[in-house]
Order: sequence, then C-alpha cells, then structure tokens
Amino acid sequence: MEESRPISVEVNGIAFRREVSVRMTLADFLRHDLMLTGTHVGCEHGVCGACTVLVNGRSARSCLMLAVQADGESVTTIEGIAPSPTTLHPLQQALKDHHGLQCGFCTSGMVTTLIEFLRDCPKPTERDVRVAISGNLCRCTGYQGIIDAVLRVTSTKDE
Amino acid sequence: MSLIGNSVPRLEDEPLLRGKGRFIDDLHMPRMLEAAFVRSPHAHALVRGIRKDAARALPGVHAVLVRADLLPHLRNEFIVVGLPSKDYKQNVNRPALVADEAVYVGQPVAMVVAENRYIAEDAAALVEVDWEPLSPAADCSAALSPGAPTAHRGSPHNLLAEFPIGYGDVDAAFASAAHVFKESFWQHRGGSHSIECRGTVAASDPNEERLTVWTSTQMAHAALRVLCDMLGRDEDSVRVVTPDVGGGFGPKLVFYAEDICVALAAIILGRPVKWIEDRLEHFVATTQERDQHWDVEVAVDGEARLLGIRGTLIHDHGAYTARGVNLPYNSAEQIAIGYELPAYRMNVQIALTNKVPVTPVRGAGHPQGVFVMERLLDRIARELDLDRAEVRRRNLVPATKMPYRTGVKNRGGMPVVLDTGDYLRCQEDALERAGWAEFGERQKNARNDGRYIGIGLANFVKGTGRGPFETVTVRIGPSGRILVYTGAAAMGQSTKTMLAQIVADQLGGDMTNVTVIAGDTGTVPTGMGGSNSRQAVLAGTSAHSAALKVREKAIRIAAHLLEAGEADLEIEGRSVHVKGVKKMAVELSKVASAVAGTAGYRLPGGVGPGLEAMESVVIDPMTYANGTAVAEVEVDIDTGGVRIVKMVFVHDCGRILHPQVVDGQLIGGVAHGIGNALFEWMRYDDQAQPLVGTLADYLLVTATEMPPVELAHHESPTPLNPLGIKGVGECGVIPIAPAVLSAVEDALKPFGARISRTPMMPSDIVALVRAFT
Repeated sequence: MEESRPISVEVNGIAFRREVSVRMTLADFLRHDLMLTGTHVGCEHGVCGACTVLVNGRSARSCLMLAVQADGESVTTIEGIAPSPTTLHPLQQALKDHHGLQCGFCTSGMVTTLIEFLRDCPKPTERDVRVAISGNLCRCTGYQGIIDAVLRVTSTKDE
Repeated sequence: MSLIGNSVPRLEDEPLLRGKGRFIDDLHMPRMLEAAFVRSPHAHALVRGIRKDAARALPGVHAVLVRADLLPHLRNEFIVVGLPSKDYKQNVNRPALVADEAVYVGQPVAMVVAENRYIAEDAAALVEVDWEPLSPAADCSAALSPGAPTAHRGSPHNLLAEFPIGYGDVDAAFASAAHVFKESFWQHRGGSHSIECRGTVAASDPNEERLTVWTSTQMAHAALRVLCDMLGRDEDSVRVVTPDVGGGFGPKLVFYAEDICVALAAIILGRPVKWIEDRLEHFVATTQERDQHWDVEVAVDGEARLLGIRGTLIHDHGAYTARGVNLPYNSAEQIAIGYELPAYRMNVQIALTNKVPVTPVRGAGHPQGVFVMERLLDRIARELDLDRAEVRRRNLVPATKMPYRTGVKNRGGMPVVLDTGDYLRCQEDALERAGWAEFGERQKNARNDGRYIGIGLANFVKGTGRGPFETVTVRIGPSGRILVYTGAAAMGQSTKTMLAQIVADQLGGDMTNVTVIAGDTGTVPTGMGGSNSRQAVLAGTSAHSAALKVREKAIRIAAHLLEAGEADLEIEGRSVHVKGVKKMAVELSKVASAVAGTAGYRLPGGVGPGLEAMESVVIDPMTYANGTAVAEVEVDIDTGGVRIVKMVFVHDCGRILHPQVVDGQLIGGVAHGIGNALFEWMRYDDQAQPLVGTLADYLLVTATEMPPVELAHHESPTPLNPLGIKGVGECGVIPIAPAVLSAVEDALKPFGARISRTPMMPSDIVALVRAFT
C-alpha cells in the first residue's frame, strides 16, 4: 500500500486535518481532496505557473510541492482571494475590466503571483510587471490586458 | 443604446476570476476511476506482444485494456474524419489502440484504469510491450524520395495526396517576365499548447441507457458523430458535453483515440472514467502543425507587378489523417489571396511521416502561405531596389475592385471572392503609425552606435466564417430567463458573451438575464463548433436571427395580454411595455407562461406554443478579413537575441461587436505569431524521436518577450451576413512571422542576411552573422 501521513493545513482560513499519500502533490490535494478546483494544473513541471498558490503569503508552484510539505502551513488559493461573494479583489476586478483573461485557465496563477508581487512592489513599472509574470504562461491574451490591469490597480492606489 | 459595438462585461469572467470555472479536470463523480495510457516509445515499431499481468496485479488497478478488449464493443475501430478529398492516394485512419504496428512516438497502445492517476501511471509502467523497431519516415521531404522507409509497413510509398492549385497560363507568364526570382523555404509551426491540456470523462448511466462524454473539445457535435459511428449507437444514446475549455487553438477540434478509449472503459467497467492529458502527452499525442518545404518562383514585370507564381509544396501530414488535406490546401490557396496575381500553380504533395498527425493550429496553414508571399515580395523589393511597402502598394487588390474574384477556389470548391476591405489603406495607416518613412534615418544612426535595428511589414487577407452554418436556439421559459443553446464552442474567445450580447440586444438589453449553453449535444441537434474564425459570423448570425423571431413572438403575445398594438411595444429589461408608458408592462416570464399551455384553453394572440426559435442560418461564402503588421526589432548580433521594440497591427474584421474582445483576440494571436517566428520548434531527430517534451525546452512567448501592440481598427462590414461581421480569432497570428523576420533581415542587412525559414532561433541568427564575418 501507499505510504500516507496525517497533515494539518490551513487553506483559505479554514483548518483541515487529512491523511494524505506522501507522494500526492499539493495541487492534487487542493483539487481532489479539498475540491478547491480553482487551482489549475497546466504542465506539472513548474514552468507554466497556472498552479501557483500562496503558502504563508509566498507564491509556490503547487505542482512542485507535496501536500505533506504543507503540513503546518497556511495556504491561500484563488478561492480565498475575493473578499466576499459579491465583491472581487481589486486585482480581480481590474482583470475583468481590462480583459485580462480569456479562457481563464492561467488566471488563478496570475492572480496569486501578482498578489505577492504587488505586496512587495506596490508601484511597479510596466517592465516590473512583465518580469513579475514572466513565469506564468498565458496562450490567450498576449499578456497586454493583464499588464494593463495591474498598472491600473497600482495607479488607482496613488489617487 | 445597442449592446453591439460596446465592450460590455463578459459573462465568463466572474466565475473564472473566483476559481469557480468548471474545466474538465474539475469534474468529480462518485465511483470515478482514472486512466493512464501506455504509449509507443518508438516512431515506428511492431508490437510482438503485450503482457498485462504485472500491471493488472497492482492494487487499485481495475483494468488494463488493449485493442482486443475494445473490439467487441466497437462497430468500427477507426476514427474516420468526415473531410473527403478526391486526392487521397491512401486511407490512413487512426485506430482506437495500436493493433500490431505503432507509427509515432506517443501513440496509445494500452490503457490502464485505476483508483487514481498515481496508481494508473504506476501500472502503465508495468505493462510490458515486446517491440520490434522499424525504420521510420522522419523528414517529410525525404519521405517522398524513392526507396524511403514507409510510415506504414503495408504502404507502397508515403505520398498521401497530391494536387495542384492554380489558374491561368503560368508558364507563359514566366516566359514573358522581366524578372524571375526563386526561393526555397522551410517553415515550421508547433503545437497549440493551450494551458489546459486535453481531457475526457465518460459515464455510462444504466438508468438512462445513455453514455455521457464530457470532453475539452472545440467540436461537440463532431465528437458525437464519431462516437456514434465507432460504438454503433444512435444519437440519443450518446451525449457530448463541453465543460469550460482552457484554450483550444485548433487541436481540440480533433477527436482522439483517448476519447473513444475513455468512453469504452466507462462502458466496460460500468463506472465513470476520467483521463486528463499531461503536458508531455500534449507534446507527443495531441495533433500539431509541423513542417512545410516550399520551392517557389515568382515572375514580375519591370514595374514589380506580379505576373505569376509557381512551385511545389511538401507538407508533413504525420502518420494518420486526422483532419483531411485542408492545411496545405489553405497554405497554397493563401498565395493567391490579397494581391493581384494573374497566373498561379502550386503543386502540393502531402507526405506521411512517423510523427503525430498534423491538423490545424490557430491560423491553419494560412500563416505559412502569407509568409511565402511576403518573403517573395521582400525579395522583389530588394532585387529591384524598391521600398518593400511600394512593391505591395503596386500589387494589393485595390478597394475599387471589390468584390474581387480571385482565381482560386476554397477547399469546399467555392470561388474565393474578396467581399470588402481597403487593403492599401490599412497598410498606409500601419506604416504611418510605425514611422516607416523615417525609419531609415533612425536605422542609420543606430548602426553608427553599433546597434542593429530593423523594420518589416506584412499584409494578410484571411477567409473567416467558414460555413455552412451554426445552430443557435433562443428560448424564454416561464422563469423569464433567456436561454441560448448552441453547437458553437466556448474556449476563451468570449463566445458566450458574444451570443448573449447579440441576443440581449433584441430581447431587452439585460445580458445578466441570459444563460448560454455551448457545446452540449443534448440541447441542439446540430452544430459545427469552433474553427476557422467562424463563430461570431455563423453562430452570431443564427443568434441574431433566432432572437428576432423570439422578439416578434414575444411582442405579439404581449400585445394580446396588454391589449395594445404591436408597434407600440418594446422589450426593456425583463418585460415588454408600451413605449413611453412603463407602467403598462408585462414581464417576459408572464409572456412565456402564456404560451406554455393550459389544458383546455386557447393560446393567446393566435400564436403557436412556446417562446423559442432555433436557427441554423446557412452562409456558404466566406468573408475576408485583412490587416497589416509592422514590426520593429533590435537584434543582438552576439547572442542572436531579437527584441521586438514595436508592433503595429492595423486590421479590418468588418463590424466590431465587442472592441475589447477583438483587441484581446488580435494581441493573443500576435503573441502566438511571435512564438512561431522566434521560439516554437517541435523538434524531432532523424529517427522521428521528439527532442522537446517540456515547456522549458519548447518556449512559449512570455510577458517579457511580448511587446506592447499598437492596434488600429478599420471597419468594412461584409454584406454576407446581417450584422456585417467578419471573423477575428486567427487574424492576429497570420502576418507576424513574416513581419518580424523581415525586420530581422532588415536589421542584419549589413551582414547580407537572408531569412527563409521559421522559426529563427538565436543560434540561427548568430550563424547568419558569422557566415558573413
């Protein structure tokens, strides 16, 4: 039988205790055990960035991390970003306003990556934004709508 | 105010932004099992035997299926593509699983079904296949040489099909020409690489005697057709449902071996079965575009006016026919579209190789045709010492000649007639925005500083809205909600928003009261799906037509209920009211309830039952979008790195339904085109073994390579549909490789660089520079 281990992990503010296979990725744990399917898996080798989540506030590729490594940690997924069912996070709203998503598959990873980035760099240049998302692949948008959205969010903060 | 022409909020965004989308891998059902495939590690090999015991013995494994296990459940074990051509010399249809000969790396040989994917993959590694490798056909040109190894053991040769495209007396045109120039091109396009890979879930429900297949597809009804054909079932006993699709870009319009295998596993095991493709599988098992070798000559008069083009095109088809002959047909057809070309002959040869089958990726062969034409025009300019833009000016089809009947027919046998557009105006606009006239001075200054900058342009004209139809049903039930059902596919291009926008425009203007269900064969009997920049044109037209009919009926019923004249009524929000008297109103829910039927009572207003209309408007002729791209680049001659400094894209897709969405489609296409120009190479070795298999060695364009794109829109509505729409989905990609590589060549003019291939990787650019120095 497969080896498993108990873990305690907080996801989007809710504490979970689960017995998980030691080889299960964090992405699969979130998606298939907790049914938080908003985290998407695009390449399973850490390049596309679609599966990015925040672990203790830091971006992490959930396809390259094992669920057991999240034991004792706090994880935020895309489901935990919007403040309420009726209000979007300002970044989510800006992506909506600037057509920063098309098929939406890369979007979860873009949002989590950018939330960490904007915390560290609240007034980025366009170049900063491009570099920040250069580890997140999008095949639909050509990135322009995403960059416009980020620049709009950060300039609104100035006003 | 009309919704059309405005960037209304997209219906798709809110759930996607919250992580509440429902993609194929998000589907979970009780008792569901997961599948993994055993694939051929050889490009060409015989299967001497398959031993399942070790895999079957692994705890958690429910089945290991090979061809013999599937056959009792199949009426037809081959996936037959419904795209006939009289030019086929051989029929090579894909089997569900390999019988005794694998013909490409990645071809599925066996299927393991287990409690979860982890166990399924463990077990797949335990399936023992006794292989006898055979010589493969690797390069498509070499594959056509006499004595080349054949891709299929029993085939006499590798020529799948051969046909000429052309018109006019091309040899006479060459005989009288002032100048003749000859070029050879190798062009490569890679995979689609939607960020979501493929996936299929199937469940056979004994309570309903129905097989339901959820699949990440661009063509639900085509999938239904193949499933019914292979399983020997009728259309009611199979339902194909499309969940949210995380990008399509072409290959998801194909029905695959894995799809039928998942369906069969669900039938055989009596449990839901899921298979989700991983990225490596996407590289080796999802169809892709690949290689074309062109040898072409162009004849011009002393004024650089085109007299004729002739040549040969060899196209890599892969190991099987997964989508007809349309790709090379499109490529060859494209040469004769956009510029006035008196005579033309291209001989097309389609070669079988031991590689994964080739089918359209966004652009579908058209980018390659445009690349050839634009490179030839650059050559003419260089030889005759003319401005590259001037050569195009002298040859573009002028607006005064619209509609313009070209000499070619499309693959459906219909003449290619350019409907509307002012191609020269687009070019001039783009040149001005890009600072074309002043660039020479800047280039000179840059060179003095040791910097190599260049500029390039390319025009394109693209057939969009390939018919014959798309089906759309608009229905308002007693709930008052407007339901729109369609065979069109939503895969990121805002299809649901587009349809809701068009329908709401006629039915009260409240898009939040519209639900669009796309790609569910249980809801509309027919459908074509997403391909060829067709959905706004065809689904949009059917939606418009259906909404008009529902509107007319709603107003007739409301007139009866309100005892008012039909001409005095309008639909606003969720009710019908007397113009100017909002109190005299009846809700759409009441209108719909009135025709839902009450036993023993007459329907109001003398109308038939129900408030709905289904339309499949037939539009056979395609409508032609056009545009011009101008790229400015800076080339690092030491590293071969190309930085795209500026990209101007001026285009015309007829009447614009949603400006933001149109921009998004174009810029996304531009990114894909840059990938084709500089980065993307699905590389194989001479044994047809893939040399790339991750997104770390096959490079997609990221945000740092992508320049800001300056877009400008011209609008020449087409008379071919009531809304004047042309398609846009593929347009962005089409002129990018020739524009970018013309700019690279221009930057490297001091080194006498000549570019005749895609992609141009940094090593290729360094080689060009070093060849000179």
